[in-house]
Amino acid sequence: MNNSSTKNGSRNAGRTIDIVNKGLKRRYRKEKRFRLYGILSIAASAAFLAFLLTSIVMNGYSAFLQTCIRLDVPIEAGMIDESNPKRSDFQGIIKSAIREYYPDVTERREKRELYSLFSSGAAYQLRNNVLDNPPEAGATLSLWVLADDDVDMLMKGHMKRDVPESERRLNDRQLRWIEKLENDDRIEKRFNTTFFTSGDSREPELAGIWGAVRGSFYTMLVTLALSFPIGIAAAVYLEEFAPKNLATDFIEVNINNLAAVPSIVFGLLGLAVFLNFFGMPRSTPLVGGIVLMLMTLPTIIIASRAALKAVPPSIREAALGVGSSKLQVVSSHVLPLALPGMLTGTIIGMAQALGETAPLLMIGMVAFIVDIPGGFTDPAAVMPVQIYLWADSPERAFVEKTSAAIMVLLGFLIAMNALAVVMRKKFERRW
Amino acid sequence: MRKSVTLVAFMLMLAGALSVIGCGQKAGQTAKEEETAGKSGQAEEAIESARDYISIVGSSTVYPFATVVAEQFGKTTDFKTPKIESTGSGGGFKLFAAGVGVEHPDITNASRRIKKTECEMSAENGVTEVVELKIGYDGIVMANSKKAEPFKLTRKEIFLALAKEVPDPSGEEGKLVPNPYKTWNDVNPDLPETRIEVLGPPPTSGTRDAFVELAMETGAKEFAWIKALKKEDKKKFKGIAHTVREDGAYVEAGENDNLIVQKLNANPDALGIFGFSFLDQNTDKMQGAFVDGVQPAFSAIADGSYPLSRPLFFYVKKAHVGTIPGMAEYLEEFTSEKAWGDEGYLTEKGLIPMPEKEREKYASIAKNLTPITCDEL
Repeated sequence: MNNSSTKNGSRNAGRTIDIVNKGLKRRYRKEKRFRLYGILSIAASAAFLAFLLTSIVMNGYSAFLQTCIRLDVPIEAGMIDESNPKRSDFQGIIKSAIREYYPDVTERREKRELYSLFSSGAAYQLRNNVLDNPPEAGATLSLWVLADDDVDMLMKGHMKRDVPESERRLNDRQLRWIEKLENDDRIEKRFNTTFFTSGDSREPELAGIWGAVRGSFYTMLVTLALSFPIGIAAAVYLEEFAPKNLATDFIEVNINNLAAVPSIVFGLLGLAVFLNFFGMPRSTPLVGGIVLMLMTLPTIIIASRAALKAVPPSIREAALGVGSSKLQVVSSHVLPLALPGMLTGTIIGMAQALGETAPLLMIGMVAFIVDIPGGFTDPAAVMPVQIYLWADSPERAFVEKTSAAIMVLLGFLIAMNALAVVMRKKFERRW
Repeated sequence: MRKSVTLVAFMLMLAGALSVIGCGQKAGQTAKEEETAGKSGQAEEAIESARDYISIVGSSTVYPFATVVAEQFGKTTDFKTPKIESTGSGGGFKLFAAGVGVEHPDITNASRRIKKTECEMSAENGVTEVVELKIGYDGIVMANSKKAEPFKLTRKEIFLALAKEVPDPSGEEGKLVPNPYKTWNDVNPDLPETRIEVLGPPPTSGTRDAFVELAMETGAKEFAWIKALKKEDKKKFKGIAHTVREDGAYVEAGENDNLIVQKLNANPDALGIFGFSFLDQNTDKMQGAFVDGVQPAFSAIADGSYPLSRPLFFYVKKAHVGTIPGMAEYLEEFTSEKAWGDEGYLTEKGLIPMPEKEREKYASIAKNLTPITCDEL
């Protein structure tokens, strides 16, 4: 019996190693294949990302430069209204300066074509200049004024010069005028400060992202101020104090569900509750922030609960053991240790909210707003909304503005997510 | 541990500071609201004015024009720039008709006339005086890439190419068959032998409504028995004339007209349907198809010879004029010659101006704020 069993065993052992050896190659191959799949999927996603980023950057980098024209503006006596300089005819002054530079353009139609090379913003530039330091009569101001978006597209090469006249938005005469400017070194691409300092506009050369950045800032402030304390309080209570019963299970299921609800639903809720029932003002960061708060709350609660769960029970037990109350355990031991994780969750939730448009559509934040919002109850748009609106505009020059705005938004998102990583690395404690 | 405690303290302080800012701002706002309410106390209407900017909603077709006027208005006057939301004509009327008061919009843009039901709904909610202003015309174009030859279509051919069900090609009256046409050549032997592929807006779009009404319905009426059907069975008629095929020949390309232009550029065989202003901005890449022998051009739409054009409107709540600051001035800006005139800045954005007589008529309506009655619709 014994004998046979050893025999059996040794024979079995021999067979096992045979089996192992036989299958070894196949298993190695399998693992190799699996690794290859993994590398391929990473390469594919990296390629998609690279493609997306390059196409955005290629489309958008030119928006950071803007074609400007140097115009000599002679100021004659009587041109500036002495009593109220604000109300002077700045458009007229710009036009007379343009006529002076092109003395041979006399016909009405030609003049219109000529004026259209210059942005309507030129008059505002002149006004600001004059109001800041009033010139004396007889002086000549040398200003870099904005060129019209068509000229800008031509200078950036988005509009071809060598195609038939009917196929471009600038005619041959206008091209000749532009060539004259080029020969005199009066036209050049300069850094586009307008893009970073002004609000939306229907003239691409006057449109800027600043209004939307401010709108996003106020909206995020409301979201953060509401969702951070509420989310953390909810998570702490659920994780540390709440009894485990059917009711808390039900709440947990619902929080997880809410995290997966399409964001437009929160917009509809906002419309019904905050606008229609409470009568809050439409299109404002206040309402937008509250709606986005509803959207980010589940994310924050889930992340915070995970962070609390990761704190080892020994910490709690030790604190309880030296006589701390439950509240003391939580507030001075568990919470500080879980906070880095909670912050990471909050920042990621905020980054998600920053890129959201759908819920804002319902509460009127997808709107054309020129004035830069100055507070929580001024009408405002946010960055993704601005991108959406520009993408929908007919003017060709908005294509590059759209990509540039995406770059700005991506910049903010990268900064926020990097902050989350840094915070975690800095404060995280491993056991 | 100490580090974490400082962190907690910092975060709590931050949260606290934020809520203080929030409250402070809110309190400031209430104070401001009270102040403005006090000021407008003299106004006869029983509206508390807590809004110092004009709120505009409505059609996405009128949006590019209204925004230009709004911006111009904001830059040249001391009033704030009006806020404009693009909600579509129907959505705009719904918001507009909800009532009188600062929480409701003052103006709604529309790429079609107000419907009787919408007008009555407004009246029920207290919006009794509505001023209708026509601002000009918009052309709807069918365009393809310049890499291909321009299409020459009639409205009958458009109907045959795009309707879900078409009259039996054998000519039997009253019999409908599912659209059998695969190529343009099938519809009319003179047309090129390319697959029928039309990119156009989805059913929620006003452009689609107008296209269906102007092109397909008129095309359908070329068949005498379908035309007769309009009087007998309006519902059935609409089912024939207004239903676009769903077998892939008509591709719903979303509300973004820029996207359609890009797709057409990549696919020279396809035709796209969009507003004239997009063709106007892309004349180097796109060409409009001839419809009934006329190519869409500024002059052809203005004189009415191009068949696919529609009027654009906006509607003003009279009760808000005088309460919301800048209303009268905004109307004045919109109806000025430098805006909607033959050489006004709106024409540069692709709006087709009305004839001078019509402009005078609507300018005087804007000045006198003559309301419409629901019965005249």
